[in-house]
Amino acid sequence: MSRVGAPETVFALSTGAGRAALAVIRLSGPDVELALTRLGLKYLPPPRMAALRKLYDPISGALLDEALVFRFVAPHSFTGEDMAELHVHGGLAVTQSILAALASLDICSPAEAGDFTRRAVLHGKMDLTGAEAIADLIDAEGGAQQAQALRQMNGSLRQVMEGWREALKTTLAHVEADIEFADEDLPGGLGQRALEGVPEIATAMEKHLQDRRGVALRDGLRVALLGAPNAGKSSILNMLAGKDAAIVSARAGTTRDVIEVAMVLDGVPVTLVDTAGLREAGDDIEREGVRRAKVQAEAADIRLLVLSPDTQSPRLKGASLEDADLLICNKADLGPVPEAELRTLGEIKALSLSATAGDGEAVLLEALQELVNERAGAKEAPILTRERHREALEEACIALQRALEIADTGLELAAEDLRLAQRALGRITGAVDIEQLLDIVFADFCIGK
Amino acid sequence: MHEKNWDVIIIGGGHAGCEAAAAAARFGARTLLVTHKLETIGEMSCNPAIGGVGKGHLVREIDALDGLMGRVADQAGIQFRLLNRRKGPAVHGPRTQADRKLYREAMRAAIEQTENLSLLGQPVDDVLVEDGRACGVITEDGQTHRGAAVVLTTGTFLDGIIHIGTERVPAGRHGEAPAITLSKRLYGLAEKTGALTMGRMKTGTPARLDGCTIATEKLEAQPADEEPVPFSFLTEKIIVPQTVCYITHTNQATFDIIEENILQSPVYSGQIAGVGPRYCPAIEDKVARFPDRKSHQIFLEPEGLDDPTVYPNGISTSLPAELQDRFIRTIVGLENVKIIRPGYAIEYDYVDPKALLPSLELKALPGLYLAGQINGTTGYEEAAGQGLVAGLNAARAAAGQDAVYFDRAEAYLGVMIDDLVTKGVSEPYRMFTARAEYRLTLRADNADQRLTEKGIAAGIVGPKRAKAFRAKMAELTQARTKAASWTMTPNEAGTKGMHIRADGTRRTMTELLAYPSIDWMDLQAVWPEMGEWSRDIRNQIETDALYAGYLDRQQADIDAFRRDEALSLPTDMDYLALEGMATEVRQKLAAARPVTLGQAARMDGMTPAALTLLLHHARKNQRSVAKSAEK
Repeated sequence: MSRVGAPETVFALSTGAGRAALAVIRLSGPDVELALTRLGLKYLPPPRMAALRKLYDPISGALLDEALVFRFVAPHSFTGEDMAELHVHGGLAVTQSILAALASLDICSPAEAGDFTRRAVLHGKMDLTGAEAIADLIDAEGGAQQAQALRQMNGSLRQVMEGWREALKTTLAHVEADIEFADEDLPGGLGQRALEGVPEIATAMEKHLQDRRGVALRDGLRVALLGAPNAGKSSILNMLAGKDAAIVSARAGTTRDVIEVAMVLDGVPVTLVDTAGLREAGDDIEREGVRRAKVQAEAADIRLLVLSPDTQSPRLKGASLEDADLLICNKADLGPVPEAELRTLGEIKALSLSATAGDGEAVLLEALQELVNERAGAKEAPILTRERHREALEEACIALQRALEIADTGLELAAEDLRLAQRALGRITGAVDIEQLLDIVFADFCIGK
Repeated sequence: MHEKNWDVIIIGGGHAGCEAAAAAARFGARTLLVTHKLETIGEMSCNPAIGGVGKGHLVREIDALDGLMGRVADQAGIQFRLLNRRKGPAVHGPRTQADRKLYREAMRAAIEQTENLSLLGQPVDDVLVEDGRACGVITEDGQTHRGAAVVLTTGTFLDGIIHIGTERVPAGRHGEAPAITLSKRLYGLAEKTGALTMGRMKTGTPARLDGCTIATEKLEAQPADEEPVPFSFLTEKIIVPQTVCYITHTNQATFDIIEENILQSPVYSGQIAGVGPRYCPAIEDKVARFPDRKSHQIFLEPEGLDDPTVYPNGISTSLPAELQDRFIRTIVGLENVKIIRPGYAIEYDYVDPKALLPSLELKALPGLYLAGQINGTTGYEEAAGQGLVAGLNAARAAAGQDAVYFDRAEAYLGVMIDDLVTKGVSEPYRMFTARAEYRLTLRADNADQRLTEKGIAAGIVGPKRAKAFRAKMAELTQARTKAASWTMTPNEAGTKGMHIRADGTRRTMTELLAYPSIDWMDLQAVWPEMGEWSRDIRNQIETDALYAGYLDRQQADIDAFRRDEALSLPTDMDYLALEGMATEVRQKLAAARPVTLGQAARMDGMTPAALTLLLHHARKNQRSVAKSAEK
């Protein structure tokens, strides 16, 4: 085995590929200063100060570009390592030649995807939730998503989780003290009393678990258009999307597959899904279309049921039509949808419009926005933004509830469940180890004979 | 000078040394135990007690591997108490006060009755090293004793210094000379080979009191359990007479004297640099750290049935003797007490246990094994457990056999040794049940079920225990099979007066027993055979029922843990050359040389990325091992 490992200093083009006025190349690692020197910088700029410098090819000595150079000294940088940013001209030739020059140095190598953030986590500059937030921020498509990612980056999730973690740590430490120091002069019923704070934590967790808006906002919402063949679902989709995304024709059963259109409503990314008309007939292809429509209906966050005076509302099992969030009575120019049709669908909010006439678009958008806000709106900030968080928290919450139930049977069983809860939370925030528990025990109680 | 050849040489006759010697000898190794003074073999230097929560678990494990401590404590125990009796069986802590003389005598007898084991009363000055291997010892009289493996158990003797006030006395224990030459030799070895890092630890002990001068009539007595629970799986009944301890407390007057004079304590005057254990604080520490607490509990523990010496547990101190006398006399019951000898703090050398393999052999000096306080631990039980593992592995190595490891999922021995060699120590290490991830599985009651079979395979369990164990297991297996085959529907249960949810599901006897509303006698009325089972078997079935769901879940965790432990890392891996890993992590791995992927994962500062890379190498290693096995 050779002793030469991959260089620890990495570099990458941090702005998008293609022609632009500027491009930024970042470097991170112990040899950043050396790399800059090799690119011909005789004088390194002072940390955090912009300086105009000429960059030269380390081999041929050719001038590559004139760049604005920033330097950051460990640990005061994004990654916690020495870093530099080269703000160069954004042409393809310029960026490629500088990247090639860096690659030719044996002291640095191209960064892998996520390398900079990973280094930041490794050096304790951010925790896992912070790193996730950065990924979310970069991926954010709408303003609400952006705001949520920024909140998480600034610790909204971490703070709540840390609060629970700290509270559980003390609880568990006191329960463990009760178990471990049976012949010591400890307050009576120490373990049982420590558990008194647990219901409050479990309730707070439940509250956050019930709030699904964070995950919905991060993942975006799916809105399904459902209805009988030829009710005008595709026309409505086209009206909302403002373009001909779905083939619209008067023949029933045209939309045999599922057609999606992405849009942003109030900062929330929304995917509108057009589906095949729901009916028990047609050829094999249409039957497949119907099956897919049902799947879409199940998976959707918001279901719009489209009715029209000239079609029968679909009566199919498994399409959850009763769960529709909004009834759209299309083709209002042809007359009202029969009362009998509406009655079977009970209390669902309904509105009338005519998609082909382009009438009622504003009303529909407003109703849809209301529904989107309800599901993913972020007036009061939700904190659980990933399914991973939800699962871990759910596990922790169940373990806490069990700990309370079992505490009378055996304190060691309650401790076991507290440990499980702690471990589940640790998957979001990082683990608690035994030494931390012992620190609490010895700080809180005079132990030892 | 003539030389004699041994398989294994044990240095030290304390709790680690005795178990090491006996384990090596049980394995069949020609074993020599060398200690500076034969009279103090099995001495309890500090408190006269064995066991407790966590510690009692260790004693049961030592016993399950046919070690001595449990049997000896059963012959010397004068106040047996099962701690945590009101909590579940996983945290029951068997404990006893021990008569120091009875303990010493029983230990000496057990050692002398062990075949293949010889004793030599000589201080050891040096460990013989040839070709990078430890191969014997040189005693103070200049004699060389050769052995294929050496186990070093120095306790507090390695350059030991006793502190009482400003007084400093070189000593390994009250009235006994320290091992200074050996300490110098180890420091030399550390410097020359880089095989070990040395440091200083401290511990302390209280004054000893004359029990005849204690006004016990003023004090609360704590009796022994009515039915003493023995340590050893082989002990049927405790026949030593049982006695009481007395309880008293420090008070404001005690507090004031100590607080006023705290700077006369060597710990606070800066005279002692060594790190002491947080759970055995001196009374000075209690006063300094908890200034609001004026009263601390003291157990007055008899050191023997026919010995008036009393050990006042809770007031360990290194204040000057005159001050000890003053503050002790402020305590209720001790107003006129006569102090037999003052308490003291003791500083001694230890070796950073990260230098050890899980077999307790030094990585960089094959043939030399360390056990007990030299590894930075505290406590008789911790020392004895390490002694057993070191003695076993020294003997196996001498016989050319592979080391036997205990993992975190099968024994507290495994938890302790893994903690030591993986994480090292920052203060004297004591066993706690909270250190075990699989606490519900690692119980004192099932130590034999966990370990005796492994001990038989490893070659350190004698025929008597093996036979008794197999008989018990046959009985237990039969009972468990029956308990799982006897079933009832909720309706049937209802007719017998046991009310459970009517969901039509048949439940086994064990499942029914798990209901808080159903007790043993309810079920015995249905299945009378249950009445014929022994107490031991009944306890096991009850525990099975109580922990059922939890043990299943824990087993799933254990399976996952074992998958990582099964991935062994190449012993000759060039960690510094691993690509794509931070230098710091590479250096840590190179220094630690973890044995398995699981051990690597438990190291401080290990990252998921680094583990993924290691996993890759572990898999490659596994494949090449499999391939060479095929050849």
